[in-house]
Amino acid sequence: MDTNAVIAAVSIFTAGLTIAIGSIAPALGEGRALAQALSAIAQQPDEASTITRTLFVGLAMVESTAIYCFVVSMILIFANPFWNHFLQASAGTQ
Amino acid sequence: MNGIRISPDAALWQWGPIVLNRTILYTWLVMALLVLVSWLVTRRLSTGIKISRGQNLLEIIVMGLRNQIREVSQQEPGRFLPFVGTLFLFIVVANILSIVPGYVAPTSSLLTTAALAVCVLVAVPVYGIAQQGLLAYLKQYVRPSVFMLPFNIIGELSRTLALAVRLYGNIMSGTVIAAILLGFAPLFVPVLMQAFGLLTGVIQAYIFAVLAMVYIASATQAHEKREQKQESGA
Repeated sequence: MDTNAVIAAVSIFTAGLTIAIGSIAPALGEGRALAQALSAIAQQPDEASTITRTLFVGLAMVESTAIYCFVVSMILIFANPFWNHFLQASAGTQ
Repeated sequence: MNGIRISPDAALWQWGPIVLNRTILYTWLVMALLVLVSWLVTRRLSTGIKISRGQNLLEIIVMGLRNQIREVSQQEPGRFLPFVGTLFLFIVVANILSIVPGYVAPTSSLLTTAALAVCVLVAVPVYGIAQQGLLAYLKQYVRPSVFMLPFNIIGELSRTLALAVRLYGNIMSGTVIAAILLGFAPLFVPVLMQAFGLLTGVIQAYIFAVLAMVYIASATQAHEKREQKQESGA
């Protein structure tokens, strides 16, 4: 395999690995937060609006770790910074 | 490799050093839309019982924003409304318009979201200093001890980065997932994902505004709480 093939293979593999591993922990965390919020609403239905608002903000903050992983995997696939570099380098040698 | 763009920043039109891309164009479009609607509605406001539909809508939006700001910050919303309300309205209109074919949400470019996050980064010390003075604001960075100074500064910067990447990632992922689904299930599934994207867009706009409000409130609130404590103690 030449350099470009190695970079493409490693990028695709790492992108899949990134989003796969990176979404485990946020999923568990969001599930826990949602369960706690639901039981809190069941105990105190009057506070539902406050709980829901705090839940949304909290979920967004938990979710952002998964979003970072998603952005990294998208960059690896669609905007890989090393791809163009080695493409130019290999074009220069030929 | 070029089928899916993860950024709408490619140049549309270039004249010398001036580059016009989709992000700038649609940002202007959203701004023009907001200004036009507010101008049309506020041209003839009435204080009577009969009000126009537009005035009713804007009153509901402004009242809702004021209530949310009051609940989140536990302070009077008047000072924060222009900044936080503008952030919310801009992001929500920019995200919702993505159901229009051909439109690319300017928030799906990292540059737009980074600019919005930098606005928040600048607004926090501005509000904080205006509220409690330069020295008292700077003292917050060395609380509880001087050793926390680097961590406080890093926290300030990293939460700005998180704001930018969170909004960008959510909106961009909607666009990319719709594009990928068009490849193998082009009939109904992309429509569902677009509808889900609308929900995500509104929630993300809300979260961006609430987080900006929380950061500003944390810079302005400490002083008031201490005063209340002293009053209750005395």
